[in-house]
Parts: sequence; C-alpha cells; structure tokens
Amino acid sequence: MLKAAGGLCARMLGFAVLLTSQLALADETESLKFNMTRGVTPVSQDIHGLHMQMFWWCVGIGVVVFGIMFVSMFLHRKSRGVKPANFHESTWLELTWTAIPILILVLMGIPASKSLINLYDTRESEVDVLITGYQWRWKYEILGEDVSFFSNLSTPRDEIEGFAEKNPNYLLEVDEPLVLPVGKKIRFIVTANDVIHNWWVPDFGVKRDAIPGFTNDSWAIIEEPGTYRGQCAELCGKDHGFMPIVVEAKTQEEYRAWLDEKKAAAAALAELTEKTFTFDELYAQGEEVYNRSCAACHQANGEGLPGTFPSLKEGIAVGPIQDHIDVVVNGVPGTAMQAFGEQLSEVDIAAVVTYERNAWGNNMGDLAQPLDIYNHKQGK
Amino acid sequence: MAHGPAKGITRWLYTTNHKDIGSMYLWFSFAMFFLGGIFALVIRAELFQPGLQIVDPNFFNQMTTMHGLVMVFGAVMPAFVGLANWMIPMQIGAPDMALPRMNNWSFWILPFAFAMLSSTLFMDGGAPNFGWTFYAPLSTTYAPPSVTFFIFAIHIMGASSIMGAINIIATIVNMRAPGMTYMKMPLFVWTWLITAFLLIAVMPVLAGVVTMMLMDIHFGTSFFDAAGGGDPVLFQHVFWFFGHPEVYIMILPAFGIVSAIIPTFARKPLFGYASMVYATAAIAFLSFVVWAHHMFTVGLPIAGELFFMWATMLIAVPTGVKVFNWVATMFKGAMTFETPMLFSIAFVILFTIGGFSGLMLAIAPADFQYHDTYFVVAHFHYVLVPGAIFSITAGVYYWLPKWCGNMYNETMGKLHFWLAFIGLNVTFFPMHFSGLAGMPRRIPDYNMMFADWNMISSVGAFLFGAAQVLFLYNVIATIVGGKKATDEVWENPEGLEWTVPSPAPYHTFSEPPEFKSSH
Repeated sequence: MLKAAGGLCARMLGFAVLLTSQLALADETESLKFNMTRGVTPVSQDIHGLHMQMFWWCVGIGVVVFGIMFVSMFLHRKSRGVKPANFHESTWLELTWTAIPILILVLMGIPASKSLINLYDTRESEVDVLITGYQWRWKYEILGEDVSFFSNLSTPRDEIEGFAEKNPNYLLEVDEPLVLPVGKKIRFIVTANDVIHNWWVPDFGVKRDAIPGFTNDSWAIIEEPGTYRGQCAELCGKDHGFMPIVVEAKTQEEYRAWLDEKKAAAAALAELTEKTFTFDELYAQGEEVYNRSCAACHQANGEGLPGTFPSLKEGIAVGPIQDHIDVVVNGVPGTAMQAFGEQLSEVDIAAVVTYERNAWGNNMGDLAQPLDIYNHKQGK
Repeated sequence: MAHGPAKGITRWLYTTNHKDIGSMYLWFSFAMFFLGGIFALVIRAELFQPGLQIVDPNFFNQMTTMHGLVMVFGAVMPAFVGLANWMIPMQIGAPDMALPRMNNWSFWILPFAFAMLSSTLFMDGGAPNFGWTFYAPLSTTYAPPSVTFFIFAIHIMGASSIMGAINIIATIVNMRAPGMTYMKMPLFVWTWLITAFLLIAVMPVLAGVVTMMLMDIHFGTSFFDAAGGGDPVLFQHVFWFFGHPEVYIMILPAFGIVSAIIPTFARKPLFGYASMVYATAAIAFLSFVVWAHHMFTVGLPIAGELFFMWATMLIAVPTGVKVFNWVATMFKGAMTFETPMLFSIAFVILFTIGGFSGLMLAIAPADFQYHDTYFVVAHFHYVLVPGAIFSITAGVYYWLPKWCGNMYNETMGKLHFWLAFIGLNVTFFPMHFSGLAGMPRRIPDYNMMFADWNMISSVGAFLFGAAQVLFLYNVIATIVGGKKATDEVWENPEGLEWTVPSPAPYHTFSEPPEFKSSH
C-alpha cells in the first residue's frame, strides 16, 4: 500500500517537475519544440503571453490541490494506524472554494477579453490577401494587384514513401510561397471552394476556418523578415495532411519586385495560350500537371479508388473530347470533381487532357490545344 | 417466487433481468473498447515515425473516425448504461428496472448498429472518413457512399440511448426504497439521473443533424450547402449543441462512481454530498450554453466569442468544487489503496490535469493556437481515458466481487493499474508538447520536428493496450474462480448493494428493504 501511494506521488511529482522545467526552458530558448511559438506578430506574442500566464495559474492550483492530496495520502493511511475522522460538511469551506476560483477566473478572463477584441480588429489594413482553400492546395490573391496563384505541396512522393531521405522542410514546403511585406497591417480574407479548411500560420497567431460560401478575416503585422510555415488545421479529406502553407516575409521593395515578377509571368502564360503545341510537348507537361493536380484522387495509374474516385481508363477520358474538356474545366457539381478552369492555365488543361486521353493504354490519339480550352471557356 | 434464469441462448435474447442486461451491456462495451483500441493502435503505428508506412491517408482518416465513434458510442456510453443497469436497482432497493422489456430492446439494437457501422469498412469507398465530428460538407457532398449506413447506425444508437435514459429516469423516480428521498440517493444514482436528462435532451438533436445530412445527400436539400442557401457552420452549431452535453454524458456517471469508491477506501463519508449534487446539476446546465467553444475559429461575432469564453470558464467552478470535495473526503481518512481506489485517485489527478488544459482551451485568443492541434487531442484524452475509462474500470473492480461472488486477483489488478497509468501518461502527455509545437490533429504524416513526441506516444499506446488484455484476463479469471467474496466485500462500504449476498441473487429486493441513511 505504502509503496503504491509513494510510487504515485513520485510519478506525479516527476511529471510536474518535467513539465515546469521544460516550459521554463522553452520560454528562453525558442529552438526546443515543445511549447507554443512566440511568433512574429503582436497577436501571436499576445497569445503566447496569455498561454504562459494560464499555464502558471494551472501549475499553482495544481501544486496546492495535489499537494494537499499527496499529504493526506501519505499521512492518512490506514497502515499508519490512524483513525478516520467523520466530518463531511462545511458550508463555509464550500463557499470559499466556490468564490476563490471565480476570482481567479475573472483575473484570467479580463486580459483574455482584451486580447480577443484586439485580435478581431481587422480595420485599416494595408494589404488584403484573399485565401481560398481547395482540396488540397491553397489559392492566394493579392487584392487590388491582379496577382493570383495556387500553392501546392512540393515534397516529392519518394520522400513521403520512404524511398528518399526527408529534407528538413518535409511536408512544410510549397512550389509557390505567398510573399508579404514586413511592417504592414495585412488582412487575410479566408474562404474555401469545396469543404472546410483552416489557414494556420503559428508564427502569426492566425488560424481561421476557410468555409465554402462564406468569408472570415484575420490580420497580422509581421515584424521580422523570414520564412514562416503552417498547415491546414481542419480535416478536409484524404490529403488534409499534405496542404502546407509557406509565407515569405520580405521588405516592401522586395515585395513590390515579387508582385511585378508574378504579373510578368501571368502575361507570358497568357501569350502561350495562342501557341500551338506538339503532342509530345503536351503529353510531357500533362504528366506533370496530372501528378500535381489529379493523381491525389485518380491515382498515378489513372485507376482511381473504387467507389470514391472514378477510373480514367473508362468514361470521359475515352469519350468525346469536348465532354472531357468540359468536365475538367467545369467540374461535376455535387461531387469531389472540382472545376479546374479557374485553377489551371489553358496550357495546363490542354496538356492534362491530352495526357489523360493517351496515358495508361488509353491511346485515343487526339489532343487538345490551349486555344480549344480558351474557346470552351468562352462558350464557343 | 424465486426462479433462476432461463437456459441457453434464450436467457440472453429474451431476458428482462437488469443484471443480465447489465452484463450484456458491459461485455458489449468491453468488445467495442478492444475494437476501438485496435483502430487507435493502427493510428499510432502509422504515426510511429514520419512518412507513410502502413496505411494510406484515406484509410487513416477512416481509422480516426471509427476510433472516435466506436469509443464514444460503443465503449463508454454502453459501459455506463451497463453499470446503471446493474447498480441503480440494487442501490435504490428496487427489484428491477421500471421498464424491463424496453431494457431488453434498448440493448439488443446496439449490436446491430455497430455491426452495420463496422461493415462500412468493407464497402466500396470505405468507411466514414470525415472524423467522428463529421463536419459538413465533407460528410455530405464529399462523403463516401457508406455515409448512409453511418447515419442509420447513429439513429439506432440514439434510439437505444433515449430508451435507456427513459428507463433510468422511470426507475429512479418511481422505485426507490421507502425512506430514500432524493437527497439521500447514492451519488451514482444522482449523476445518472442528471445524465439521463441530458441524453433525452440531446440525442434527438444528434438524430436531427444526421437526418439533415441524409436529406442533403439524398433528397436535394441544402441545409449545409452555401450554394443552395444553407450554411456549413449550421452543422457545427447543431452538432456541438449535442456534442458538448455529450461529453458530460460521458463524465457525470464517472463522478458518481468515484464518489462511491473514495469514501469506502478513505473510511470516511463523502465530503459535501449536497454540494456534489448541486455541482453536477450546475455542470449539466452549463453544458447547454458552451457549445460554440468548439468553434472559436469559425468566425463567430466578437460578442459570441466573449460569451462562450466566459461561460466555458465558469464550468471550472462546479468542477473545482467536486475535486475539492474528493480531496476533503480523503483528508483525515484512513486510506488503503486497493485497485478501485488506485484508479479513482488517478481519476482525480489526471481528470484535473485534463481540466487544466480545458481551462487553457477556454481562453478564446489562446484557442486560436490550440484549436485542432494535438494539444486538443491530449486534452480530451486526459478527460476521457482517466475520466470515463478509469472510472468504469474502478467501478468494475469495485463491484465485480458483488456481481460474481469472487474476489479478483489484487496483485494483477494493481499491475493492470500501473501499466495502464504509465501507458496512458506516456501516450497522452507528449501530445501536449507536439500540439503546442504546431502539429495539427488528424494527419497521417508529419514533419520530423514532431517525430520524438510521436514515437513516445506510440510506445505508450501499445503499453496501454497490453494493460487492457491483462484486465480482460483478470475479469475472466475472477468470474471463473477465485477467493469467495464476503457480502460486504469491503470494509463498511455504504449502500444497499452491500446488504445482499455475494454473488447478488438473480432477483434482489423483491420486498423493499429498510433504508438507513448515514448522512
């Protein structure tokens, strides 16, 4: 009996000591990954402060309550020959231990309420970013700048499946990061295209549900240049764990340069729409697009997943090409098949349609040109 | 008058005996506990290290969904109903439950519901893969076809729970022994009475929300589809209006069990009986006005955020009263530490730790960082595993000698406790750290910075699982043989259940007993 109680005491004390020492350390050295990040925005630092304050309140209450419990477990054991007391009521005590917690809660709640009101104040922003969650990628649009692009996971499949060594940013890297200026009030307007996602960058203290058909907003002033990584924080289907967020915070000049670069790239892509490609060019690019945007559902071998995602070795990919283009551009309402007309360029859609019609032994022998896609979108 | 059970399978199929039905509920729950545990171990095996090794992401999502559903609706709730069936009539001096035929029915529909739910694993498109909270539109427009079977299974489980709850209320209100006024009922009876009202209030809400899903999927409505004028957030409001009282449904009876065990082994009456009753009622009331604290990041208006934050923090007050009362019960007692007491003490400590993280989560601005991370997973496992599971385990060790007439093996019981206690903490404590470090929940793969904590968690999970096999063995060994238990079993335990012989005869209290209150 004694041993059991003693063991329990030691165990619990061990935990308390471990927890306190580690969190105390974490406060000083940011590199140890077991506490909340302090972050680089006023909101995230505010939240970190609240978090630590709550933690110490809990430690304090725990020490008192568990302390009394352990003392009585040690002193008031039958094996020590004690006689049990018989008291079982005290209105005075009950009132005390109702009133004191209420007071503590008020002390906790007031700073939390202030922080919350600040966190909700998205007025007077200088940069507005529209963020749209898709299964399973993010779309960013800098409002008023005519810059819009998709951001996909860029970790190679080989690293995920264990055929290659994992790089340090494993699953937290994208092909096109979002670039933002430091020192400006940035407003994030968050929505989704299909299911609910959640845009979360811990270093900003920003976590907002992206809800199809509705918008939410949040804000940040990034105080230090750097690369900040986050992940989707709402279960959004199969590849929920594979749609990271990368934000690069840069100076105002670098940010402007990035905007210009993005605009130039978009113009170049528009020109390509008028170009006529060879079959081999389309097929090669189509394979790339397919693996990035389609393989998650329809699988790399085109066979899909029975009952959930249809196989492309039958149905539209081996039917009339106009129907095929229509499904890719407009999606299939009411199913997981998204409208890719907005997500992919004309060149990419032409390439992927060509690829799907000729890969995996489909051998339809026909191809689509970017101009066909453009015409289809215009309703011709 | 005295007649024994029928012979063969018909005893179990046709029984209206509260003890038989209680046993069936408990065995069913035990089976579901192992099934849900296997799902959990698949999750922990995949998360043992970064990379995809064992399952694909879609199957991983099916595992997290089925683990949650089976544990909540299959393991914890039926276990409490089983304990209620066995103990409430014996604790209030009633011969049986008030509605014995409905009792049979409410149990026997459950195996069918879970057989149907489990069968979805073998269907085209797989089992439900949208999490046990099944947020629309992932669970409607984007769901696998098996979602319809899931909806029907939920309806059956809800019907079973509502019938069980009606039966418990009818029994407690009408069948107490003469002299047992409400404020003299054992706390397990009180907490179950309040729980039963919660069940009746919220199970129809759950039935409503799954029916709305069914309509959206098959009949062209748009409750949860913005394109048709609906709102995905509406789903979450309705779901959590059920879901938050649901978490108290899984903990209030636990308070009752622990409030029976601690006084017995402290050899001292429960401190603050009346305040325990009022605190339970207060928690139940508050559970209806805090649901949106699960939704702090959906974009509630600021006034809503503030209301739900403060209301949620308020729950700490009655919960704190309970913890203080248990500690005061132990204080100046003469304690011994048999297995039920060990589980109960661990309950008080670890449930309080879960309460602390709950209080942190209530702070809305901080929740923006905690929400949907492993910190939340750590929190609710700390209140559910040492909360619900440990209290059920404690109750089984405490009352098993009364049920089968044999004493369990104390050494094995203690070994079970220590393995479970260590396994649990090794599994769930590191999740606080991985969550704070930024690991979202429900992901099958993760960056290397979370690798250490996940590996520790996985090792702990397998230890915890192994400990439960020992529990199963101990229970079977006790039923089959073992030292004969006395009628009182423990030293001066309080309650009418200890006045009947061990094992409890098939029919007890055919005549109302004489009830003497000690407080």
